[in-house]
Amino acid sequence: MSRFSEKRLEMKDMDMLAAQTSMVHSLNPLSKLLVTLCYIMAVVSFPKYNLSGLMPMILYPVLMYQLAGIPVSLCFVKLKVVLPLVCAVGIVNPFFDDTPVLQIGNVVISGGILSMLTLMLKGIFSLMASFLLIATTSIDSVCAALRKVHVPDMMVTLLLLTYRYVGMMIEEVGVMYDAYMLRAPGQKGIHVSAWGSFLGQLLLRAMDRGEELYNSMLLRGYCGEFPHAAFAPFNRNSGIYSVLCIISFWILRTVNLAELLGAFFVR
Amino acid sequence: MIKFEHVSFQYEKDIPIIRDLSFTVGAGENVGLIGANGAGKSTIMKILLGLLPCEGRVTVDSMPVVKKNYPEIRKRLGFVLQDSDNQMFMPTVYDDMMFAPLNYGLSREEAEKRADEILEKLGLTELKHRYNHKISAGEKRMAAIATILAMEPEALLMDEPSTALDPMNRRTLIHTIRQLPQAKIIASHDLDMILETCSRVILLNHGEIAADGETKKILTDRKLLEANRMELPFCLQNAAGMDRGVS
Repeated sequence: MSRFSEKRLEMKDMDMLAAQTSMVHSLNPLSKLLVTLCYIMAVVSFPKYNLSGLMPMILYPVLMYQLAGIPVSLCFVKLKVVLPLVCAVGIVNPFFDDTPVLQIGNVVISGGILSMLTLMLKGIFSLMASFLLIATTSIDSVCAALRKVHVPDMMVTLLLLTYRYVGMMIEEVGVMYDAYMLRAPGQKGIHVSAWGSFLGQLLLRAMDRGEELYNSMLLRGYCGEFPHAAFAPFNRNSGIYSVLCIISFWILRTVNLAELLGAFFVR
Repeated sequence: MIKFEHVSFQYEKDIPIIRDLSFTVGAGENVGLIGANGAGKSTIMKILLGLLPCEGRVTVDSMPVVKKNYPEIRKRLGFVLQDSDNQMFMPTVYDDMMFAPLNYGLSREEAEKRADEILEKLGLTELKHRYNHKISAGEKRMAAIATILAMEPEALLMDEPSTALDPMNRRTLIHTIRQLPQAKIIASHDLDMILETCSRVILLNHGEIAADGETKKILTDRKLLEANRMELPFCLQNAAGMDRGVS
């Protein structure tokens, strides 16, 4: 199986994860979406040198992964392509910011290193939270929830179709890549001279397939609403979860928990 | 039930795909649309469903195919796409089967009942909770038909239903099609399947009707078929060969 087919199957596996049953899966999708957005906002709002304050934010994804019955490692396995990109953000900071801000023993940590680590953690935490949302909520449920709060159907349909088209794009890339490699033995990857036509063809093929898929939805009564998406109503549990999480994020954002705990042991 | 009156269609100026086409399909009738590649078979289906604009008049149960009637027409005509992967976009077979009935306002209980009945009728109960990306091409094709039957359409439009099926799955498909009571319009190059499933055939050539009549009469007419870039069904070719002493 080509790596593109594997990627497509991996995407489909996300639907299987979302179809599981657990405490987290049974929460209202809108509350999960809201909490995820609040979490990401809280994480990215940390100042660039506040690494110690940011670290306790890992508690939310780790705890939720446990409750959802999804191994944390799965997130890193599935996102192994994106993670290096996330980690690469801020990699040049140490070269531009060499102001000493911390000393551990004889080792002096510059502001650049600290801000690089902070940026990396922000990216990783945000990815973990986003993955958790997708792994515990089907795309149809998220879209249905968005429609419930009157997000315009055009935007929701766009979100839904983008999600569906990504899988198809990957499949088309796989087919085209295999066809190319079968006629270009010994070549590593697609030659730069073929990139233009390859991308052009990919776009046209993806558009054709996308249109077929959208037509298929229209022909079966789709009109921008999601009556087929079964999702938990906004009940007491979802309310408690949302309020508790948002308050926790606010506390973790305003109080440096790591420093507070450290103060008990270090004068 | 379905009426085409002087229908023409072209994608590009001066390159007509369908030319002045007129025919009717009655309730419960099984019609095979045959013709070489580019003859206009799939285009006719898309025009009928309002997916392509056209010149002329197309009606379904006396309703003209215009935007305001699309929901009602699409509810009455179930379209089985050529590529089941494009048709089965929900995670599981069951989710896909529920998609149309719920969109058409059925309660979840009613939709579940309907889906269960159809799966049982087609002998597909074991596929119920299977994931679409984990079933075979043959199973997917049958499941795709099931998703359309869940709409309880008055007529079925099928675009190349036997493509990419192995002999056993093809046989199962033919058996299923024969059992369905709805009117059917089947566009296909598989003339053997058309011979077994349709009582009437419309032979297209370059967007025009070259012949319209009884299936056996048209599909045994070698000269007519060859004049329209087709050939005898495989089963009849063998018989004709044996008649002439060719093994």
